[in-house]
Amino acid sequence: MQKYSGFGLLKHALSHHENWQRVWRNPTPKKHYDVVVVGGGGHGLATAYYLAKEHGLTNIAVIEKGYLGGGNTARNTTIIRSNYLWDEAAHLYEHALQLWEGLAQELNYNLMFSQRGVLNLGHTLQDMRDIERRVSANRLNGIDSQLLNTKEVQDIVPILDCSKNARYPVLGASWQPRGGTARHDAVAWGYARAADALGVDLIQQTEVTGIRRKDGAVCGVETTKGFISCDKVACVAAGNSGVLAKMVGITLPLESHPLQAMVSEPLKPIIDTVVMSNQVHGYVSQSDKGDLVIGAGIDGYLGYGQRGSFHVVEHTIAAILEMFPIFSRVRLNRAWGGIVDTCPDACPIISKTSVKGLYFNCGWGTGGFKATPGSGHVFAHTVANDEPHPLAKPFSVDRFISGKLIDEHGAAGVAH
Amino acid sequence: MTQSNRLNTGGRINRDKPIRFTFNDKHYTGYEGDTVASALLANGVDVVGRSFKYSRPRGIVTADAQEPNAILQTGSNDASTVPNPKATQAALHPNMICRSTNGWPNVDTDMMGLVGKVGGAAMPPGFYYKTFMYPQSMWMSYEKLIRKGAGLGASPTQNDPDIYDKFNHHCDIMIVGAGPAGLSAAVTAARAGCRVIIADEQEEMGGSLLCSTQQINGEAPAKWVSDVLAELSANENVTLLPRSTVFGYFDHNYLSIAERRTDHLGETGNGAVRERLHKVRAKQVILATGAHERPLVYGNNDVPGCMLASAVSTYINRYAVVPGNSLALMTTNDNGYRAAIDWHKAGKRVALIADTRQTANGDLVKEALSLGINVKFGQAIINVKGSKRVKGVEVASISADGSSVTGSVYQVSCDTVASSGGWSPVLHLSSHTGAKPVWREDILGFVPGKTVQAQHVCGGVNGVYPLADVLGDGAAVALNAVCSMKKSIEGVEIPKADVAEVSESAAMALFHVPHTKPTSRAPKQFVDYQNDVTAAGIELANREGFESIEHVKRYTAMGFGTDQGKLGNINGIAITAKSLGKSIPDTGTTIFRPMYTPVTFGTFAGSDVKGLFDPARFTAMHQWHVENGAEFEDVGQWKRPWYFPKPGETMEQALQRECKATRNSVGLLDASTLGKIDIQGKDAREFLNRIYTNPWSQLAVGKCRYGVMCKEDGMVFDDGVTSCIDENRFIMTTTTGGAAGVLNWLELYHQTEWPELEVYFSSVTDHWSTMTISGPNSRKVLEKLTDSDVSNEAFPYMSWIEAEVAGVKARIFRISFTGELSFEINVQANYGMHVWKSVVAAGEEFDITPYGTETMHILRAEKGFIIVGQDTDGSVTPQDLNMDWVVGKKKTQSYLGKRSWTREDNVRDDRKQFVGLKPKDPKAVLPEGAQLVFDKDQPIPMTMVGHVTSSYYSACLGYSFALALVKGGLDRMGQSVFVPLADGTTLEAEICSSVFYDPKGERQNV
Amino acid sequence: MFEIYCPYCEEHREEEEFHPVGEAHIQRPVDPEALSDEEWAHYLFYRKNPRGLHHEMWVHATGCRKFFNMTRHTVTYQIMETYKMGEQPSVTEGAKDDAK
Repeated sequence: MQKYSGFGLLKHALSHHENWQRVWRNPTPKKHYDVVVVGGGGHGLATAYYLAKEHGLTNIAVIEKGYLGGGNTARNTTIIRSNYLWDEAAHLYEHALQLWEGLAQELNYNLMFSQRGVLNLGHTLQDMRDIERRVSANRLNGIDSQLLNTKEVQDIVPILDCSKNARYPVLGASWQPRGGTARHDAVAWGYARAADALGVDLIQQTEVTGIRRKDGAVCGVETTKGFISCDKVACVAAGNSGVLAKMVGITLPLESHPLQAMVSEPLKPIIDTVVMSNQVHGYVSQSDKGDLVIGAGIDGYLGYGQRGSFHVVEHTIAAILEMFPIFSRVRLNRAWGGIVDTCPDACPIISKTSVKGLYFNCGWGTGGFKATPGSGHVFAHTVANDEPHPLAKPFSVDRFISGKLIDEHGAAGVAH
Repeated sequence: MTQSNRLNTGGRINRDKPIRFTFNDKHYTGYEGDTVASALLANGVDVVGRSFKYSRPRGIVTADAQEPNAILQTGSNDASTVPNPKATQAALHPNMICRSTNGWPNVDTDMMGLVGKVGGAAMPPGFYYKTFMYPQSMWMSYEKLIRKGAGLGASPTQNDPDIYDKFNHHCDIMIVGAGPAGLSAAVTAARAGCRVIIADEQEEMGGSLLCSTQQINGEAPAKWVSDVLAELSANENVTLLPRSTVFGYFDHNYLSIAERRTDHLGETGNGAVRERLHKVRAKQVILATGAHERPLVYGNNDVPGCMLASAVSTYINRYAVVPGNSLALMTTNDNGYRAAIDWHKAGKRVALIADTRQTANGDLVKEALSLGINVKFGQAIINVKGSKRVKGVEVASISADGSSVTGSVYQVSCDTVASSGGWSPVLHLSSHTGAKPVWREDILGFVPGKTVQAQHVCGGVNGVYPLADVLGDGAAVALNAVCSMKKSIEGVEIPKADVAEVSESAAMALFHVPHTKPTSRAPKQFVDYQNDVTAAGIELANREGFESIEHVKRYTAMGFGTDQGKLGNINGIAITAKSLGKSIPDTGTTIFRPMYTPVTFGTFAGSDVKGLFDPARFTAMHQWHVENGAEFEDVGQWKRPWYFPKPGETMEQALQRECKATRNSVGLLDASTLGKIDIQGKDAREFLNRIYTNPWSQLAVGKCRYGVMCKEDGMVFDDGVTSCIDENRFIMTTTTGGAAGVLNWLELYHQTEWPELEVYFSSVTDHWSTMTISGPNSRKVLEKLTDSDVSNEAFPYMSWIEAEVAGVKARIFRISFTGELSFEINVQANYGMHVWKSVVAAGEEFDITPYGTETMHILRAEKGFIIVGQDTDGSVTPQDLNMDWVVGKKKTQSYLGKRSWTREDNVRDDRKQFVGLKPKDPKAVLPEGAQLVFDKDQPIPMTMVGHVTSSYYSACLGYSFALALVKGGLDRMGQSVFVPLADGTTLEAEICSSVFYDPKGERQNV
Repeated sequence: MFEIYCPYCEEHREEEEFHPVGEAHIQRPVDPEALSDEEWAHYLFYRKNPRGLHHEMWVHATGCRKFFNMTRHTVTYQIMETYKMGEQPSVTEGAKDDAK
């Protein structure tokens, strides 16, 4: 893999940037792979990377029906944090956060992982009780999380309306300094480049149309470029997971919903942290380019259209103005929708299935981006060993039968 | 300064109304009717901005929404300032203050430009992914520096002085764009008797006709426009929305329009509505959005003075501004000639027309030749000389396919370069609903693709360009739309519009002009100006493997600017296609998303700001609470009194006083916010049996019972007391926050599962004012207000009576949430204040004490009564709450929630269970929410065994106490749990019964 | 934003008056106790998630408060029909495209 550095940029400038290597190959699919990863988003690419790097598998393909990182990886609001309430979720997201720290160097790709801190505001007494509970749980789980009062919040975000006149005055917040944002596209590209360098075949513009089985075990995938034989199939297809599951007659407790996000025109730096609020239903950060990046709540109906309803955008912007009235004259530049696959308990499924050699990693709902490295890491372990990684174990699909749900709904009412 | 570039005659400006304004602190004058851009050009201002990455000086390129460079900061102060308006779209108003958004110390001499010049070579697309990585700890410092350069304009730092609002409309036909196609369609549709809305983003309607020199019906096109507008204005079925941008097109023919109402008048500060959001549900939609001209991509095409050919014509014809003295034009099509002809007719020199085609003989070409303009066929402008203003161009012959330079390079002096690479239909809105654009080789542009909306397109967006055809298309499409609604078009006269035919020769498919050097070594050829995306950058991205057009966009930032790629994207797609050896349709477009052009946040929020962000609900006694010094708590949408501090009292002191008064004499609570649902019907009782966990078959008329509801997963989701009013009538109370959800829940099960049950539900929360008098003296107070017998014998605990209280008909419920003798008086809401005041007066001799939610919480917690949502969180069963007594064992049918209790996870014996906690230190109040551990000395991560759900200091008990959920807690009575605090210390508490006060429940029963 | 025809009000109204509830035609088991945990889990949590035609339940929350059913395409968002509780959909042919 060609090493990236500032010096390299200068060197290539002398040759007019004519000699940069391809970031990844454009391979013709082989006849057989040990593992086929279905879905070339951040999670799928991370899975392939860790399979190759940590489990010694090199005969791997990632099959992507569109372009790499083109689904929710390309459409989220890039927030990273691990301050989840329940132990199972907290451990998984903290595992991810620890991988984020140092990932740019490991991949030799600047992901612009910016640990600028994440604030979750509390506006009611019950909000504050919930925040205390979460912060306390985080602290005992070894996650940096603090409880702030109104003044401390105001010190971090001077432009936030912390006055008592607000419809829902800010009573305090939880604060995770290690949280922040990253450049979403770069995550996919960084993993893709590193996986490619380890020999993983990245096959774009190819759709999996069927999963072939023999004697109850997976033996390959049908694709728009023909049949590809393989020993294991790892599905990481987010909103399309249900469609894949149906190919082998499995159902998953998933629903795919539109989730919208939006950005303002670029502004001079004005907010240097991430501010989230469940009560008023909105959250905002500012990208390195200067755009205010804003997330909306989920649309309640099923939708694969990558667009949601307009009134959700109206309410979201009203929520942003409730927190930041000074943004009233700022202009919204662009809004879009992703398709999020949600589980009944707002936690993912990382699981073996009743079909031997078939694995699913899905149901990340509104919280997938931040988990990318951790998700790929524990899923790779699960696929390679045919046994769940200890951190993935609670996320088995069996939990819906036993009733042992991990209910994060309370911890994150709003999309994140 | 004089307006050196202004013509003495012509244009749609009002020379009688000069307007003074400032740009970067210098004073200028323009005229009413100007945009900021036309006024700046009139005054000969060249540099208006700096580019994002290289800080190159930039001038005005367009006359419309495509403008990438002239991005301003306008407004006079920190509250009224507006970030990022495009000078080409901002109407000039008196005393307007405008600034560039970048450049230090100023836009003309920007120090960052030096960095761009020196470092630019090492900043290809994606350079930031390749550096600033080491050491890891440094990124936050690098980022700080990078962020310094971020952004265009600055956000206001004070609150908006203006207001915003919203209108909703329904109409037969919504027409987007009031150019020739849209106006023609509007007149036709209106004549057919349709309700029409027509919106246009510009200051006045007319579109391209406002700057056209082609006659209609033998007169100037402006005459046709004013005639048509007069007819439309006179028709009451037609709504005209000028200055209104249709920025979004959503499912089921729903459109959003931002109307700018005051910006053109200046900072009015009179409380008028600045912008209005129109939301339109249309039966039929006609898109008449026209087309945008594409610039050509050539060397140093960003030097101020390089403009779109059509923009040059617009400035000359509409604003009477010739933006230079000497023009060089490059075009791939006949239409581009108009700029040179207009320039020539304005009396300025046309140095050159470089027509990239080998030959052409359309009418406009002939006209240019007959005017004696220097036309060169098969030639192109391959590079521009100058830095802050064009000084000249390098011209060369190119191959017939436009792929290479074939002749020697020669220089031509000029100060302005106009280019035309053809036209791109403005199809953005059509894509918002998911339709994919379709490439049409005959017009060299993408047009709207197949859609499921009732959508029609006409004119430029439909790939129809000659004026005569555009006018005809508008009328024809309108007739189509009318027919789709099954309305008659018989006798509908289409507007008369005779336009002379202008013959045109075929255009050439050229996007990227070749240079003598390969693209990577040629002078910078800009594709997306705002983000400094060059042709070389796109080719580099392709070489590196970024081949999908979405990858190209994301890697190079093409189309990320505030023009959303309007100016450059098609060129970028064409360059990608060429470099990958693919066709343009195979390369495809990125997805066009709302907003068509940026829209203020204020417009989205409308009046839903400040106190109106969310409705606030108040009880009938609210004013009394305010007057008596209550602090309020938000519960759902309600404002509930939290506590009533007396002057000088701390919250702690107030609570202790309120608690003691209630336990020792009598307290008064406004409980009106509790949800109340009137349930009637012969099967009401059966319905309750199914929805509650406990049985209701035996509850007699006049009696009350506490009930718990679970969802099907077995988890508690609401509770409350339900009373039997009549054999077939019950009144159910719910938690304050859960009221709407419970009503919906009842309806859901009734309507979808048990429609055979005859039962009806009505929310009556707002119909009643509810006040609870609680404490040993409460009966004495009540007796003063009613003649009814309220003795324990006549009116026992858990029953209700109808009575007259303070002269008002009331229902009194003998139920208790405090554990004290309590009476809950319910009266019709509009008598609430009267009865409340009567109670207060009657209670005066007992020192009756109003209390709020906090005291209520303490008193109920002393009794171990739960609050759903505080002591439960959606993962707690009745059994976990040690409330097995509320679970019906003998009910015949499987009521909601029951089945789930036998699941594997529900029968674990280490489930978290509801218990009391007694801190070892009787003064220490455990933090609510604090996590609990059994082993305080374990390392992190600790094994947590539960958390504190409620915690208080009890003035009545004389010690602090808490309620908690603890793993296996019910079997751990007397054992210790620990609360590790943030400061490193640990509190210890003993697990005990959750009932701390009057465990036998005697006090409520007297 | 959808424009929804309420089959009870017999009017087209804006989506803001409605709430989506979930998959339509899910019947609560008559005897839940007779089901295995797995069968019960399917009733509780497993829903169709088609890319194509879908029958789903909505409630006219701020209108008549009636629950009703809708046949809608989950990609184009076209509403093919709405129908009352207890009625069957008349548009179902696309259902075979669920797997797409």
